[in-house]
Amino acid sequence: MAKHHVTTTVNGDSVEYLCESEQTLLDCLRDELELTGVKEGCSSGDCGACSVLLDGRLVCSCLVLGVEAEGRSIDTVEGMAQGEELHPLQRKFLEHAALQCGICTPGVLVAAKALLAKNPDPTETQVRYWLAGNLCRCTGYDKIVRAVMDAASEMRGA
Amino acid sequence: MQERVKKPTFDVIGTRPVRPDGVDKVTGRAKFGADLKMAGQLVGKVLRSPHAHARIKSIDTSKALALPGVKAIVTREDFVEQASEFVPAGEMLINYRDVVRNVLAREKALYEGHAIAAVAAISESAAQAALDAIKVDYEVLPHVIDEVEAMKPDAPLLHDDMITAGVTPVPTKASNVAKRVEFALGDTAKGFAEADLIIERDFKTAPVHQGYIEPHACVASVSEDGSAELWVTTQGHWVVRAHCAKLLGWDVNKIRVTSSEIGGGFGGKTVVYLEPLALALSKKTRKPVKMVMSREDVFKATGPTSGATMHIKMGAKKDGTITAAEGELIFQAGAFQGSPVQPGAMCAFANYDLEHVKIVGYDVVSNRPKVAAYRAPGGPISTYAVESVVDELAETLGLCPLEMRLKNAAKEGTKAAYGPKFGPVGLVECLEAAQDSEHWKAPLGPNQGRGIAAGFWFNIGGETTVSLQLNEDGTLSLMAGTPDVGGLRASLSMMAAEELKMDVSKVRPIIADTASLGYNFLTGGSRSAFSSGMATVDAARSIIKQACQRAAKLWEIPEEAVTWEDGEVRPAGENAGKHKPMSLSDIGKIAGKTGGAIVGYAAISAQGAAPSFGVHIADTEVDPEDAGRAIHPSYVEGQYQGGAVQGIGWALNEEYIYGTDGRLQNAGFLDYRVPVASDLPMIDTIIVEVPNPRHPYGVRGIGETPIVPPMAAIAASVRRASGVRFFELPMSPPKVLKAMKAAGKA
Repeated sequence: MAKHHVTTTVNGDSVEYLCESEQTLLDCLRDELELTGVKEGCSSGDCGACSVLLDGRLVCSCLVLGVEAEGRSIDTVEGMAQGEELHPLQRKFLEHAALQCGICTPGVLVAAKALLAKNPDPTETQVRYWLAGNLCRCTGYDKIVRAVMDAASEMRGA
Repeated sequence: MQERVKKPTFDVIGTRPVRPDGVDKVTGRAKFGADLKMAGQLVGKVLRSPHAHARIKSIDTSKALALPGVKAIVTREDFVEQASEFVPAGEMLINYRDVVRNVLAREKALYEGHAIAAVAAISESAAQAALDAIKVDYEVLPHVIDEVEAMKPDAPLLHDDMITAGVTPVPTKASNVAKRVEFALGDTAKGFAEADLIIERDFKTAPVHQGYIEPHACVASVSEDGSAELWVTTQGHWVVRAHCAKLLGWDVNKIRVTSSEIGGGFGGKTVVYLEPLALALSKKTRKPVKMVMSREDVFKATGPTSGATMHIKMGAKKDGTITAAEGELIFQAGAFQGSPVQPGAMCAFANYDLEHVKIVGYDVVSNRPKVAAYRAPGGPISTYAVESVVDELAETLGLCPLEMRLKNAAKEGTKAAYGPKFGPVGLVECLEAAQDSEHWKAPLGPNQGRGIAAGFWFNIGGETTVSLQLNEDGTLSLMAGTPDVGGLRASLSMMAAEELKMDVSKVRPIIADTASLGYNFLTGGSRSAFSSGMATVDAARSIIKQACQRAAKLWEIPEEAVTWEDGEVRPAGENAGKHKPMSLSDIGKIAGKTGGAIVGYAAISAQGAAPSFGVHIADTEVDPEDAGRAIHPSYVEGQYQGGAVQGIGWALNEEYIYGTDGRLQNAGFLDYRVPVASDLPMIDTIIVEVPNPRHPYGVRGIGETPIVPPMAAIAASVRRASGVRFFELPMSPPKVLKAMKAAGKA
């Protein structure tokens, strides 16, 4: 069968790719657009490593089909830094040592960005529940939660 | 957060700089195992056994090979038999006779998920179609999953020729018991006779998976002349190279292995699964072959750690003095021998200064995936059982469990049951830190309980090579060979910067490939910061020596008349003050004119890895741990917190669940439930620095000890909160509720 031609926006740029019907958005981002910052941990929507924003909404890209991205807007970890300027979340993750192996980090950062867009002043519990869909096996989450809270505080200008 | 870190007397060590690999990891730039794409690469996939135990009568690949886009298939025919030969894999041993069978099944499929064949095709769908078209004729055999069942005389035999080692007289019949080990000291009968109270309990723990978020992945490319490139996520690429060369019969130098960024390993990425298959497929096709496991494959075919059945008996006097201890440990090995029962037996009673102790362990095969190392392999399992009995002794005697541990704690000079006498160790200091902690003193609310447990781990050293180049602008490039699982590059840069009195940002570290550096044993046994740190310091000292030689040459004075002081090369003795001191940066700039590049190289077998102890308090979780010197305290804390949380998962939720058909029923993160952020509180850590005298900066391994105490600490806390004592892991919510109802407590 002929592949589908998809036109979409990724990190602000208009892009096109060809994909098969069964290819996930995760596969398309990684294999067709070479955005390998989007990670695959389970392909069943359980680990959150492939988190992206689809029209501003947090999704597991392994649970979205590539063809569904037609005409939509996608944000990945690759779009978080602006030029040389890291996003405050990225900076705070480094300052707080909120990553060890780093495989979950892109997904956690995207999820945290979505949280702060919705709720600029989350409580610790809100951060923990929001990030419950992002598995991290190295850190025990402590430093991740602290980094998100600190970034939120800085972004609020507090 | 309480800080017990002594004010550092160092410039760099003990500070918290941003890690050198950090920016790449927060921007998505870092390349992990599955992130490399080579031009023209094929997709490799593995056909796996649907049966727990089956004889493989035939494998017919002809139809699959004829499908469009299918380029090659490998089966057992493509790998030669290997003689029985044990080689180290972290703190565990593996046998090549078994490794070749685990990579691709030979006579039999021994567990659901056992690899049967591997294909390379031009696309994912073509590869899948090929797997579907391979015809395997299985003769399904009776299987055995449970380790106690597997020990019975009439149990289905996995290996017809397995004779239990370590038993006299040598058994005449094969069994599923691979090995018996025993460690003893004194006379336990005498010790028990002196006891006022003896407690004997049976325990059971479930196998748990390391649960790294990154599945196994690699890309292999073999050229027409047989030289091979392998990109792989691993804890030890020299070890991968050795295993692949052995299994394929190739020269070691033909295989250049590059370790990708590694997305978690915890011991599970110390052995080979896909790598020999990818190389063999690439050799057949002369194209790059990329292989990535699915999460289901990771659960079904890669190492969890052992589940175990244990019996522990301990006696104590009324004042809490432990008089004797005995244990029997039965550990699941999976389908091939080599469970961590030996280290489990060695650390079972290592927390205590005991006169009379005996521990026996059994390594038992059953129709499960072969276990792999998991963070202090064996230690958490036996420690859970022993610490639970110590807790019950204290409770029954009406003693404080912490004070009872202080009374019996191993210290410098304590002879361990497995042989050695401890040097300076920090268990007493950890217990005292726990006693002083706010957590230990904090009041408990209703239905809350507090448990405490201690843990021990050996830590290892071993073969390590580091190269340090002083560049022409005075900056440093550092090459190490132990994959960085959690901040190693940061701590090595810091040790180099400390030694050379440089700004840490001027040191750029990489993990080198196997062709660029001498041999490095893998990252495991909490050895990487210890061993590569030691080699880094050696290499840095070599740079200093060479810098002094170059200055001597430039100044035309004898080498002995040059000293290294305060980060400068200075003329000394009668020449003092006659020449302007030079920094390393100055020396780097004149290197070309004074004899060529300045490179410090250290190839060592690191000795003197010191054991470490840890203590956990659980209601929420606190873990004071004996760290040696904390090079970068943030990443030491991170190891403690991460280990504690893996322990929480082990204690409360994680387990492999098999159906009566011998198939794993929870091979995914939805049903194999690892802790998530909302399950957890903040985790306080207290770093107790007891520097290791045999490391230039006092480093002790800290990656493994944190997972040793938590299960017992949590079990003790659940006991106090629920009024019920549990003897089986995981203590999952339905089990706790059921037990509380049965005991009339809920």
